[in-house]
Amino acid sequence: MYLTKEEERALDGEHGEAVEKSMKLLTAIGDIYNARKLVPIKSAQIAGVSYKNIGDAGLEYVRDLADQGARVRVFSTLNPAGNDPERWQEMGVDEAFASKQKEIVEAYARMDILPTCTCSPYEISNIAMKWEHLAWSESSAVVFANSFFGACTNREGGPSSLAAAIVGKTPEYGMHLNENRAGKVLVNVNAKLESGTDYAVMGHYIGGIVGSRVPVFAGMDAQIPYQLKMMGAGLAASGGVPMFHAVGLTPEADTALSGKPEDKIAFGEEELKQAYEALDQGVEEPDIACIGCPHCSVTGLARIAKQLKGKEVSTPTWVFTNTAIKKLADRAGYTKTIEKSGAKVFCDTCFIVSPVEKMGYKSMITNSSKAGHYSSSFCGLKSKVMKLTDLVKEVTK
Amino acid sequence: MRLEGHVVNAGTAEGEALVSSMPLSFLGDVDGTTGIVTADGHDLRGESIEGRVLVFPHGKGSTVGSYVIYRLAKNGKAPAAIINMECETIIACGAVMSGIPCVDKVDTRMIKTGDRVKVSNGVIEVE
Repeated sequence: MYLTKEEERALDGEHGEAVEKSMKLLTAIGDIYNARKLVPIKSAQIAGVSYKNIGDAGLEYVRDLADQGARVRVFSTLNPAGNDPERWQEMGVDEAFASKQKEIVEAYARMDILPTCTCSPYEISNIAMKWEHLAWSESSAVVFANSFFGACTNREGGPSSLAAAIVGKTPEYGMHLNENRAGKVLVNVNAKLESGTDYAVMGHYIGGIVGSRVPVFAGMDAQIPYQLKMMGAGLAASGGVPMFHAVGLTPEADTALSGKPEDKIAFGEEELKQAYEALDQGVEEPDIACIGCPHCSVTGLARIAKQLKGKEVSTPTWVFTNTAIKKLADRAGYTKTIEKSGAKVFCDTCFIVSPVEKMGYKSMITNSSKAGHYSSSFCGLKSKVMKLTDLVKEVTK
Repeated sequence: MRLEGHVVNAGTAEGEALVSSMPLSFLGDVDGTTGIVTADGHDLRGESIEGRVLVFPHGKGSTVGSYVIYRLAKNGKAPAAIINMECETIIACGAVMSGIPCVDKVDTRMIKTGDRVKVSNGVIEVE
């Protein structure tokens, strides 16, 4: 990979140990993927935060980097942690876990990373313009950045996004190159999609077929960004999809199918039914219900408040967002309405990255295909995905 | 025997080869404290990777695996070097983060467990 004189000096350690290590990491990745050079990035979204995921090994790594004086050079935001920073006891998280978690978030904050602790950084100020280069981890956010903004990011891991943030650059390969952003699989949508969950479940079904190829959706009439946010999360969970195009909806869709698609998929009512069935592991009496994967926006919390207003939940119901959005929801009264029903609004964490398997939960229901997918594959719970209206009926019956 | 590969992370190291024909996920397959391979059905199950020249086709699994390599290195349980057929991001990041010499684009079938292996940047000498 070609390096400028300045980059070579950074690689030789002229800017300190942390920059040297990060440069080594980026050049190693660049060489693996035959990148020609490094490109400057505008922002980073950094995963590798939950203590459940990265453990003591990750804690040591980020603490060592912060101690060495590592600082990010671009606007950087952070993925969710393993517990709510204030209400961890209500979640059933033990003190040892919460204290290690606090140390991790603080180490990232020392590196000047904004401790947003959200998987939806685009809901709270990490946004981008078309064809800007980014280094984002968090697969659902990657899909959103590429598809919605038309910005360019690969599916980074925690360490590579952190290295890119410290150097301010990323190797130019994959989604940073125009030729890799073209659509490869055409999806003709004939099903009537109504809720965010319908979109999420379709995304999960299609991701399982296309793998890491870029799909183009035609015939889809999404009404609100929320629906495509839910769909993108599903696509990234079952497949390795970095972006999608939706004709008439996303910025690069017009040129997405300039070549002939490798495959065509028809998605009708029958496929929608099968997609829901694939995410139903036969949960009759759920131990818990989870909403907010990816994290709820403030309008999302408004929708949930409207549905839960005046009702009482009989099954523990957790709603996830981040501190910034919750403050707004507190002011608007949404939090109060939701929690009056007995449901909880937790911040800066989510069901999947919190230590749920140690809390005794064996089964869960959710309105998110991503949460359903990982609850079973990553957390070992039985899960079932259903529309928000059905979920509310189930928990308030 | 002398093999040449592509340098993922530069450095020199020497050790006894531990060779697998299977992909390896450091998260889940390897105990981060002891350096013992614990995965059911893995051909290295029960083996310690500590101080060995670890040879396997490629990494797999969660990106958290990079941190596990780092933890092994801090505990003194890391491999002396890593040789892959095709290195991917998880192993590359872990090797760089931990200062472990790493070479790929090597026909890993040429090396047998127990061989004495010397890694010097991209050059591998097998005794």
